[in-house]
Amino acid sequence: MRMSFKRWHKEKMIESTLFAVATATVLILILIFLFLFRDGLGLFDTYSFSTFITGQAWHPTSYNPQYGLVPLFLGSLLVTFGAICISVPLGITSAIYISEIADPRVSEVLKPFVEILAGIPSVVYGFFGLVVLAPYIQLWLDLPTGQVALTGSIMLSIMALPTIISIAEDAISSIPSSLKEGSLAMGATRWQTIYKVVLPASLSGISAAVILGIGRAIGETMTVMMVTGNAAVIPGMPEGIIESVRTMTATIALEMGEVSMGSEHYHALFAVGSVLFLTTFILNLIADRIKNRYKFKLEGS
Amino acid sequence: MVNGLFQGRDIGIKVSDLNLWYSTNHALKQISIDVPKNQVTSLIGPSGCGKSTFIRCLNRMNDLIRSCRVEGDVVVDGTNIYDPDIDVVELRKKVGMVFQKPNPFPMSIAENITYGPKIHGIKNKNELNRIVEESLKSSALWDEVSDRLDKSALDLSGGQQQRLCIARTLAVNPEIILFDEPCSALDPISTAKIEELIMNLKKDYTIVIVTHNMQQAARISDYTAYFLHGKIMEYGDTEQIFENPRVKSTEDYITGRFG
Repeated sequence: MRMSFKRWHKEKMIESTLFAVATATVLILILIFLFLFRDGLGLFDTYSFSTFITGQAWHPTSYNPQYGLVPLFLGSLLVTFGAICISVPLGITSAIYISEIADPRVSEVLKPFVEILAGIPSVVYGFFGLVVLAPYIQLWLDLPTGQVALTGSIMLSIMALPTIISIAEDAISSIPSSLKEGSLAMGATRWQTIYKVVLPASLSGISAAVILGIGRAIGETMTVMMVTGNAAVIPGMPEGIIESVRTMTATIALEMGEVSMGSEHYHALFAVGSVLFLTTFILNLIADRIKNRYKFKLEGS
Repeated sequence: MVNGLFQGRDIGIKVSDLNLWYSTNHALKQISIDVPKNQVTSLIGPSGCGKSTFIRCLNRMNDLIRSCRVEGDVVVDGTNIYDPDIDVVELRKKVGMVFQKPNPFPMSIAENITYGPKIHGIKNKNELNRIVEESLKSSALWDEVSDRLDKSALDLSGGQQQRLCIARTLAVNPEIILFDEPCSALDPISTAKIEELIMNLKKDYTIVIVTHNMQQAARISDYTAYFLHGKIMEYGDTEQIFENPRVKSTEDYITGRFG
């Protein structure tokens, strides 16, 4: 009963095609990584690494150019932190509602809406933030401008919501119903069951959702560029939240079109990009780790 | 019901004219049965006959299924548990349940036991420790786990997990314990341990057990009800059901002619 050569050949063909497609993704990632870092590292031929990392000023076009990462990094951090403070409670509550409380028919309606939220182009969010939210915030908080970190945080929180909701919802729904039944059968109320059994059991999945949400927020460019005012100054804590800030992503997007290729400024933007890449990469790795640990925890060792 | 069946025993659960529908599917038809206190009553019958559905009526676990509708009376301690103003939480405290597949919470062994008492308001540490020890002793698990109470319950074997689930149920101090095929996922040795445990527990608890294993029903139960197509075909003394069934289909089922 030998397999015919033709069929063997065909199976091999299919297998190698699929393998090629799958490896292409990894290859692309590695290439991006290499190019980004090659161009980023170019900065340190002429500029000191420690001045870049600890520099307090970003003045790329002054007579004596300064490429200090700190204001941009803190800008990103502040906007993202604000976004997470808003989207995490909202996202987790929505996920609990969709997976545990809502009538299945209601969930069926809600879920596509959450997904549509993820599909809206970021420039649309930016436009909305700029013409609706920013003036409102300016008026409400009596500020000289509405294009502040808070506006960016609110917009980003809306954009991070779909990520957080859908991943947290997956984590919560994956809790076997036998666990919930076990809790209810002992006279626990539905709330006690959610709070004491379902949430602790899905905690790692929820943490992964939060981290991926952070990753989504920190990497977002267009929206924050449009609504945060883009002042490259070190934000005060905590009043920086109602001041204009500039994020790493916005800096790259704003300045990349202006620089001459191969200049110091050009390399500096790539260095900023590398930092951004590393940040999201590390966040994703952590999320992955946590997710795996959570599988492990549910199944025992 | 056969008169004098229980020889003056107290009735733990009195079910009369219970009907249940899943949407339009009439799954339980006119069930009437008295379950005696401090005895083991087993429910047998082929798959899909309604015995699991029935046992889940006794602590209202079917409430969780949206399409499910129940009519009729189930009286425990003089109250109909299907009265609209009944507190399901209180009911389930009184009527505990052990499931087919062991379902310990992903917590430590001790936390699994204290879960119930804690949600019912017991906060005192010493009291909780006492409950842990007592429940684990009653479920014959103490000697195996007393040195690792703070370890994850998920690292226990299947049989140990099931005994932990029994201990967890005992910790709430119920009057009635429902077992829904508690041994179907276990090996013979673990099964024997659980059976022995169930026979010991009847001193203090009223026990209803659904089982697919007829030898098990014969070994551990005092009374047996045979279900078919959503009805009770025959109910009586276990010995009588197995040795001298009055209904033809009971005889066919227990002699293995179908099912």
